[in-house]
Amino acid sequence: MALRIVVCVKYVPGATGDRRFADDLTVDRDDVDGLLSELDEYAVEQALQIAEARDDAEVTVLTVGPEDAEDALRKALSMGADKAVHVEDDDLHGSDVMGTSLVLAKAIEKTGYDLVIAGMASTDGAAGVVPALLAERLGVPQVTLLSEVSVGDGVVRGRRDGDAATEQLEASLPAVVSVTDQSGEARYPSFMGIMAAKKKPVESLDLDDLDIEAEEVGLEGAWTKVDEAAERPARTAGTVVTDEGAGGKELAEFLAGQKFV
Amino acid sequence: MTSTPYLLPPMYDEFRAVARTVAEKELGPRAAEVDERGGFPHDNYATLVAAGLHAPGIPEEYGGDGVDAIAAAIAVEEVARVCASSSTVQTSNKLGVVPLLLAGTAEQRQRYLPEVAAGEALLAYAISEREAGSDVAAMRCRAVADGDDWVLDGVKTWITSAGVARYLIVFAVTDPEAGSRGISAFVVHADDAGISYGEPERKMGLKGSVTREVYFDDCRIPGDRLLGERGKGMRLALGTLDHTRVSVGAQALGIAQGALDAAVDYVRERRQFGRAVAEFQGVQFMLADMATKVESARQMVYAAGARSHARSADLTYFGAAAKCLASDVAMAVTTDAVQLLGGYGYTKDFPVERMMRDAKITQIYEGTNQIQRIVMARQLLRTR
Amino acid sequence: MAEVLVYVDHVDGAVRKPTLELLTLARRIGEPVAVALGAGAADTAAELAEHGATRVLTADAPEFADYLVVPKVDALQAAYEAVQPAAVLVPPPAEGKEIAARLAVRIKSGIITDAVDLEAGEEGPVATQSAFAASYTTKSRITQGTPVITVKPNSAAVEAAPAAGAVEALSVSFSPGATGTKVTARTPRESSGRPELTEAAIVVSAGRGVNGDFAVVEALADSLGAAVGASRAAVDAGWYPHAHQVGQTGKSVSPQLYIASGISGAIQHRAGMQTSKTIVAINKDAEAPIFDLVDYGVVGDLFEVVPQLTEEINTRKG
Repeated sequence: MALRIVVCVKYVPGATGDRRFADDLTVDRDDVDGLLSELDEYAVEQALQIAEARDDAEVTVLTVGPEDAEDALRKALSMGADKAVHVEDDDLHGSDVMGTSLVLAKAIEKTGYDLVIAGMASTDGAAGVVPALLAERLGVPQVTLLSEVSVGDGVVRGRRDGDAATEQLEASLPAVVSVTDQSGEARYPSFMGIMAAKKKPVESLDLDDLDIEAEEVGLEGAWTKVDEAAERPARTAGTVVTDEGAGGKELAEFLAGQKFV
Repeated sequence: MTSTPYLLPPMYDEFRAVARTVAEKELGPRAAEVDERGGFPHDNYATLVAAGLHAPGIPEEYGGDGVDAIAAAIAVEEVARVCASSSTVQTSNKLGVVPLLLAGTAEQRQRYLPEVAAGEALLAYAISEREAGSDVAAMRCRAVADGDDWVLDGVKTWITSAGVARYLIVFAVTDPEAGSRGISAFVVHADDAGISYGEPERKMGLKGSVTREVYFDDCRIPGDRLLGERGKGMRLALGTLDHTRVSVGAQALGIAQGALDAAVDYVRERRQFGRAVAEFQGVQFMLADMATKVESARQMVYAAGARSHARSADLTYFGAAAKCLASDVAMAVTTDAVQLLGGYGYTKDFPVERMMRDAKITQIYEGTNQIQRIVMARQLLRTR
Repeated sequence: MAEVLVYVDHVDGAVRKPTLELLTLARRIGEPVAVALGAGAADTAAELAEHGATRVLTADAPEFADYLVVPKVDALQAAYEAVQPAAVLVPPPAEGKEIAARLAVRIKSGIITDAVDLEAGEEGPVATQSAFAASYTTKSRITQGTPVITVKPNSAAVEAAPAAGAVEALSVSFSPGATGTKVTARTPRESSGRPELTEAAIVVSAGRGVNGDFAVVEALADSLGAAVGASRAAVDAGWYPHAHQVGQTGKSVSPQLYIASGISGAIQHRAGMQTSKTIVAINKDAEAPIFDLVDYGVVGDLFEVVPQLTEEINTRKG
């Protein structure tokens, strides 16, 4: 029985780039070099490992994003994914997690799936809720935040290292899985992989292809609104004090103000 | 909007990104230790194999990545940028792969190349002798026919990866009366009887690579080990160097880039006379000149790579020019980098002194830069 | 006054601190109604009442422990339908976010995650968030449905505000999907020692100034849940393993907070830590170059400053 794996990935601005907000208070992604979100690399890696353990699996990598997002797909294809789906539409600009999860869910259904794998959070938004939202929208079990995952006999199993306890989880396919950065180092693409990626199919979809109305997504369709965005002042020369007996306490005060304590 | 043909397409940025990531994460952190420890870097070899960077450019039909000479040059460049010693794995392999591609029979290529592509076998190239360096045709190592076999006797010097390589491309005299037309090439296996190795040379740089003499004492090999036609060995050697000079050029380029990057980082941080040393014009002029040299070398190496890929008629000139320029640049830039790092640059705490020691050999091996200039001049004088 | 649902994160009846912080925030926008689920839920009532909960809805069923997330979403949805609140607030950890998100989809409401502050606004609660590695702060609100907001720890002070805290049973009927993901085993977490140096959010390092004694620095690290680093001088002297060396010839770290004790800050060391987001140093020598890098520096004896700091931190953590 063929195993269809869909990996959701996000194209994010590089962490060292100059990140800022645009006039409409959406994230300004112009002029910033982007890449496949590091946390999603783990998802691609686990998908590839699951696929390599059997001979009937196919890995499709999916992203919702502007034209540049194709770089994220190409990297995943270079790592070894079989094909890619790119959902791109101007009306998607400014979508919140609700809009994004709706688009992803419809694209996943259109592609056909037995297992959806995502990373634990995105490195630029870090909401970390998309996998749960996908499970809710698709009406399938969520097996999320796994540091170990395996598939066998139509069942996905994994280990979730929560705050209070470590749990072993199990659910029947189809299911939505997310993996953490503890799930195993992602492979580097090889030169061979980069060459092979050029020949792999990339399907383009827009909102019409997914039967989604523009009003349901994008900035206008978002259910949250950013009212203001303020830049934090740059690091100024620091404060240096001499200990007069309460130096430790004053330092603790500073740390508390920075929310470290 | 289409880009002009002069800029490399984005795929080459992807190659570079992958090679750089592997180099910076895995090889760079160990570079100082590899230099200090000396000897063949088995751990880095494993890393290169795992990342598919140990022998770039082997055609796909033999299990290789099938990339062109420019992509292969980029692979060498990025590795050399953080650890020149590790890049000798790549250049050593290339020196063995090219002769097989140029002159090997289908069986020979099928026999050896897949093992190299899989990382199971490393190649070495044995041509120089104690009394035959630049004057390579003066070599004395003999290969005497005996029935269907050949028996090799003699000593080869300065052989990189000797003792670790599984297969060696060896040049020997098959017809002593025929001068340079009496030299043939052979594929010798490390486990053939009659081979032994000298002590590793104690070198100035590239310490994380092993260089030894190879002794052939009554070393008998079967007839199917002849590589190319009998007597055409010199032709094969020179034809090989045309291609492999691109790799050495890339290696030198990588070393130069690494030194430039280290120097730029340092002068931004180092403060004297109340300001960053980077603010002084004298320093800025040095950096500008270093960067110009590095980029010129880069353009030359890639231009040569393109000609290697296309087997152009002017490859001989370009290969020599790329190797000569890039290695001279590497020596100059690494020396300047040590200067810019001052006292700290002279210590092992910072990588530039190692880069300077590593750079020197690129002006010497694969044909000294004096020989390169002769090659270039001959090409120039011929065409007009 | 409108009611605000507050989801309770507790372990066998012991309420975790972020939930109490949430009650403080909830009181800014309405009357907190707590929802506590699972074993020991009823035992949370007293503490919740002390911190402002007017009502505490409880439910216990094996499903909460035996299946992942969805039973809790079912329960929270039942509470939502019964209370019709002005907002739903959910504390960390990660499970909380998942519960909040799935509820938001079901009740067709917007969701704001990782808020660091909350205030009442004209058009509904306004949440403050941090973006782009804390270089920006944003203020957002929900424009559709009932605001569902998850809040980061340490976003508000825990305040005593005695209220009725009347316990009411919450009746929950589980959805078909509630049993989708089975928990087949559970082991409570033991502390696994300190975080890995290059991944830790906080690194506490020491150098020549500690004169061989890392105990004082390790205690500080433990109070912050931090990793321990060492300068080259300390490692060369044999005071700490090389694996912990930070600097040009050691590891490179870029944590949220780097505290350097007794480290002069020569370029050798700086190369390994200067991209840390917040840098703090303690050193006897006012001329030490490390003070050029710091956001906050203390010139003093680290053997006095650091223990005092550690004690203060532990007191605040309560």
